[in-house]
Amino acid sequence: MHAYLARRVVQALVVLVLVSLGGFAVLHQAPGGPVAIYAMSPTMSAEDMERLTRQLGLDRPLHVQYAQWARGLVTANWGRSYRDGRVVLEVIVDRIPATLVLMLSAFTVAVLLGLATGVVSAVRQYSLFDHAMTLGAMVALSIPTFWLGLMGIYVFAELLHVLPPGNIGTIGAPFALADRLRHLLLPAATLGVVMVATWSRYTRASMLEVIGEDYIRTARAKGVSRGAIILKHALKNALIPLVTLAGLQLPLVFSGALVTETVFTWPGMGRLFVDSIGYRDYPVLMGILMLTATLVVVGNLAADLVYAAIDPRVRHA
Amino acid sequence: MSAHAATVGTLATPGARRTFSGVVLARFVRHRPAVVSVALIAALGLGAVFADRLSPRDPIYIDIGHKFARPLTRGHLLGGDELGRDVLSRLLHAGRVSLSVGLAAMAVTVLLGAAVGAVAGYWGGLVDVLLLRLTDAMLSFPPIFMLLALAAFVRPSLASMTVMIGVTSWMDVTRMVRSQILTLREREFVLGARALGAPASRILARHLLPNTVGIIAVAATLAVARAILLESYVSYLGYGIQPPLASWGNMLNNAQSYFATAPWVAICPGVMITVAVTSFNFLGDGLRDALDPRHVRSRA
Repeated sequence: MHAYLARRVVQALVVLVLVSLGGFAVLHQAPGGPVAIYAMSPTMSAEDMERLTRQLGLDRPLHVQYAQWARGLVTANWGRSYRDGRVVLEVIVDRIPATLVLMLSAFTVAVLLGLATGVVSAVRQYSLFDHAMTLGAMVALSIPTFWLGLMGIYVFAELLHVLPPGNIGTIGAPFALADRLRHLLLPAATLGVVMVATWSRYTRASMLEVIGEDYIRTARAKGVSRGAIILKHALKNALIPLVTLAGLQLPLVFSGALVTETVFTWPGMGRLFVDSIGYRDYPVLMGILMLTATLVVVGNLAADLVYAAIDPRVRHA
Repeated sequence: MSAHAATVGTLATPGARRTFSGVVLARFVRHRPAVVSVALIAALGLGAVFADRLSPRDPIYIDIGHKFARPLTRGHLLGGDELGRDVLSRLLHAGRVSLSVGLAAMAVTVLLGAAVGAVAGYWGGLVDVLLLRLTDAMLSFPPIFMLLALAAFVRPSLASMTVMIGVTSWMDVTRMVRSQILTLREREFVLGARALGAPASRILARHLLPNTVGIIAVAATLAVARAILLESYVSYLGYGIQPPLASWGNMLNNAQSYFATAPWVAICPGVMITVAVTSFNFLGDGLRDALDPRHVRSRA
């Protein structure tokens, strides 16, 4: 187990180094490079630019620059935004709570709904319900998230007037939980659809596998009730491999959140990313790109380790 | 269960011709959603190829008098958009753009993915470890984030969209091809070829890659679905295909502002994307079931 842990951590570190190399390449590929922001200022002369380039070490060999940049990355010194000169990390951290709320609520709904439909699909394999779920899952995986959000806004805000069309809360109004929840409902449901199909499919497959096991037959032979077999014996074991799904889904969920936040003018990290592209704000873009990639690597590692820890059958040498 | 019995029945029919493609076709035809998908893809494809002849109007002809013309009025089957352009004509021409980007990006994805996967799987060792970590690193970036970050540098065009989608999508193909090559390279026919002195390039090209055609076909189909979807996201956000050239994604650019007056402007392109992507996904599903008899059928 310790050897496995060590190997996985080393692998994750190698991946993170590669990720940072990618990030470094992108930032230096940016037109004008990292000093582009100062070039726009009319008070900067050519000599000033040159001095700045020297001060920032941009005239040094690439590997030295990379080392310096990577050190900044690790010590949370991510530079300043081209847009307003604010510290990049601060700009991003400001947006994290909104994204977190959106992702967690969508995740909760998706997992609960996915588990429920997946179990029923497995127990009643090839029933009408199962077929409908198969079709539904495929459509849910294929539908563009932004369009689903648009249709949600059209139906619930434009036609029925029951939900707000966007934003995290009523503008100008003091904080009220009910108001926040009303604003959260549509974006969370939209993002949830991205996830629910996968959860439903994986639960179904995992349940079908477990239902075929000997211990389920034993339980049945013992006279354990059907409900108890499904919930206590089957589902409990079927859930174990699903732990890794949470990690695997992370990149998709981040992408979905970006699109959902844009459609619903939700003030999260994804929307910040889209806005920063408009301003060609490379330091912020890089910061978000590195942060999400790191979270994905760490999330996958954590999911695998939890999996190994809770399933006594998984033993890594 | 009955599906399995039917397979045995078909295969065991005396005198029936049992070519490989015949068996695959027989299995594929039983996947009903996949068959419907083929029909839908054919329809979309024909619509794209013959867009010029099928379109009732010029897709970029601006006619302010027809602004937000309601569907089925004034010669607009699906209505007019904010500039009075015919939505149906734009949908047909946008299909041309979206499907071309989808297919071309698939080609880039498959070529890149198969090449990296074959090299990693065949040579193994340090090469494999490095390529595998590179694949993991690429997979760590959320796809849309990476695509948009690239789009920020490049002037958008059909070609740049295609390349960018391909460059950010090859990893799944690599993983599939690599694992297939890993098992194949230890088989007797490969050992035999190696013993006869065949060079690595020949073993890969003649013995290994042809045996991965099945999984590549499945991966390619799914890659088309993914590429169409990614193109629509990026174009919707304004960094993909640029107007007046229509793609299904960029037709939705400002659709939100016209909900009250012209919901059809927002509804139609989304339906097209959903139909196209669902069809390619189901086609991939059906191909997988037909080409890999060991694969557990996901439906009866």
